[in-house]
Amino acid sequence: MLDIRNLHVKIADEDKQILNGLTLKVHRGEVAAIMGPNGSGKSTLSYVIAGKPDYEVTDGEVLLDGVNILEMAPDARAAAGLFLAFQYPMEIPGVATMTFLKAAMNAQRKQRGQAELTTPDFIKRVNKAAELLGIPKDMLRRPLNVGFSGGEKKRMEILQMTLLEPKMSIMDETDSGLDIDALKIVAEGVNARRDPAHAFLVITHYQRLLDYIKPDTVHVMSRGQIVKTGGAELALELEANGYRDYQSAA
Amino acid sequence: MPAVQETIDQVKAIDVSEYKYGFITDVEMEKPAKGLTEATVRYISARKNEPAWMLDWRLDAFRRWKTMTEPTWARVSYPEIDFQDIYYYAAPKMNGAPKSLDEVDPAILDAYKKLGIPLREQEILAGVEPQNRVAVDAVFDSVSVVTTFRAELAKAGVIFCSISDALQEHPELVRKYIGTVVPVTDNYYATLNSAVFTDGSFVFIPKGVRCPMELSTYFRINEKNTGQFERTLIIAEEGSYVSYLEGCTAPQRDENQLHAAVVELITMDNAEIKYSTVQNWYPGDANGKGGIYNFVTKRGDCRGKNSKISWTQVETGSAITWKYPSCILRGDGSRGEFYSIAVSNGMQQVDSGTKMIHLGKNTTSRIISKGISAGRSQNTYRGLVSAHRKATNARNFTNCDSLLIGNQCGAHTVPYIESKTSTATFEHEATTSKISEDQLFYCMQRGLSAEDATALIVNGFVKDVLQQLPMEFAVEAQKLISISLEGSVG
Ligand SMILES: Nc1ncnc2c1ncn2[C@@H]1O[C@H](COP(=O)(O)OP(=O)(O)OP(=O)(O)O)[C@@H](O)[C@H]1O
Ligand SMILES: [Mg+2]
Repeated sequence: MLDIRNLHVKIADEDKQILNGLTLKVHRGEVAAIMGPNGSGKSTLSYVIAGKPDYEVTDGEVLLDGVNILEMAPDARAAAGLFLAFQYPMEIPGVATMTFLKAAMNAQRKQRGQAELTTPDFIKRVNKAAELLGIPKDMLRRPLNVGFSGGEKKRMEILQMTLLEPKMSIMDETDSGLDIDALKIVAEGVNARRDPAHAFLVITHYQRLLDYIKPDTVHVMSRGQIVKTGGAELALELEANGYRDYQSAA
Repeated sequence: MPAVQETIDQVKAIDVSEYKYGFITDVEMEKPAKGLTEATVRYISARKNEPAWMLDWRLDAFRRWKTMTEPTWARVSYPEIDFQDIYYYAAPKMNGAPKSLDEVDPAILDAYKKLGIPLREQEILAGVEPQNRVAVDAVFDSVSVVTTFRAELAKAGVIFCSISDALQEHPELVRKYIGTVVPVTDNYYATLNSAVFTDGSFVFIPKGVRCPMELSTYFRINEKNTGQFERTLIIAEEGSYVSYLEGCTAPQRDENQLHAAVVELITMDNAEIKYSTVQNWYPGDANGKGGIYNFVTKRGDCRGKNSKISWTQVETGSAITWKYPSCILRGDGSRGEFYSIAVSNGMQQVDSGTKMIHLGKNTTSRIISKGISAGRSQNTYRGLVSAHRKATNARNFTNCDSLLIGNQCGAHTVPYIESKTSTATFEHEATTSKISEDQLFYCMQRGLSAEDATALIVNGFVKDVLQQLPMEFAVEAQKLISISLEGSVG
């Protein structure tokens, strides 16, 4: 589903190279995990896939279902089924979460040529998803992410992921800041949609999340490259030994 | 950065075609010669068949104006105005004042219809629930062409008419109150207005009456090279209430036009006036050619105890805005409010704010100002909060937020605070933020286009002010704000 080939990325304004020929494939139905030391470029990779403007791709390509998405605007990529759960979700003052959700859902529907959701349909969907994630209704009336706790922000990302029904979801450290109950709920959400129509790329530092979402593949990232790929057992090995074996590889 | 470059390019490409009210109405007009002399003042007064005291008042203002100079302290710049190159009076040709709508030039009725302001009562009645009815005074260049629902309002004892009619029908009321809030010599433009004001609205709400519907005035400048000098006077007697709204638009023209209005509000004991403005004068083109100079003096006098005046303004138009709706909190326990959204784009210059003058005991005021600057515009909030020696326990809360879109615009905050009593509590908060690329990216990752994302963020920014507007107008204002910002992001 997601095919990243020889990706080279630098900061647009500076000469700082962050991704150095990164190659990675995520197949339909696959849950892939990326682990790697701080600053190795994991978030950068997720931003570049989603189309954040601060980065410049100097070489390589990113294909989503065979289509190179690097020339597409972020909103077009979203409409094509790409979702990024941010490591640091943004606050939007004055905009009620409900308003934001409706705007986002309808914007994607519009781009896909679908009719807008009716208000009752929308409310039904939101209430159902919010209940599953243990998000209280009054939170949906508050401005998006403003004053939300770290864990609440992460839950809100998953709520959006659930409602937008992307085919390719990238989760950047969604587990950091989540309590055990929320972690299980998030894992359930991912596991429930583990089917050939969906794929997940899960960025994490901790084995704990992978206990609940058993990854099909684990990639180790260091200095802007994937330096090792293995199965779920690779995460356990990293948990035990840390990254020292991989630090010099790049 | 690519996105920022794109933003700059887009802003450079801003086109006035976004201005949806720029059409010109072809009406035969009656105009005296250009320029301003004592004869012009006499002409205007005579055309309106005014009482002698009114003419004397005007002439006095004119004499004083000649000795005054234009204020230069505002953060705006424009070439010198040639006051002799302006028409001071322009009225649609007809024999006397129209007695009914049938006598009004259909082209004018059409113009208002295009602007979304129906003037035929039957049409309004057909489309609107009684509680949502709005009475309209339609001012076209220098004259009021019609005021709707006058008869129905009269039943409640409310007087709502043009100031010209008020001078004929209730001269004693006009004489008693005009110039008592904004004195003739208050400032250069107010003095000019006092000499040559042509029309505007007059509202009188008698004791204990809650005005049964929203009142509004719709100002339209149509004629070329013509100044509009409107004068509005609203009096709310003891225990009465009125909500009033003004709207303004003008055709798209290459030369600048002057709009110098004076608005005076007076509230007696326990009375309340809520005054809302949606100002959308033609802002000029992308290079700053054309547009209205909006030099306006608006002031409310909370004369009575526990009375309240609240100004809400949504300012999206004009090449230059120079405007400080203020409250004199004279009555003990009176309250002044100022809620403002000022949007500037292209080459617009805004210098706006408020003055809250606390004179009485236990007076309170609240200022919420939201400035949004895009393009190459400059947006200044200028405010004064003062408490007199006798204004014990005066309280003010001020919040001024500025939002910048792109990096070629400017936002400035100039708050003055003066307190002569130690018991006053003045709180001031101010923030300046940019719509960050990160916020935009976050919204776009969820599927919103850059434009929709900006509109959403801007709406969030101005929400607490929009909530102050009467429901129907809040929706209009929201649309207007997004239209004004169209093309400001990539
Ligand atoms: N806009 C930027 N300007 C300058 N440096 C940047 C920018 N974005 C990322 N970097 C640098 O690129 C490197 C990779 O950062 P990135 O956030 O992708 O790391 P990460 O693997 O997600 O780390 P963590 O595990 O701490 O989240 C870091 O050294 C970071 O400081
Ligand atoms: Mg990261």
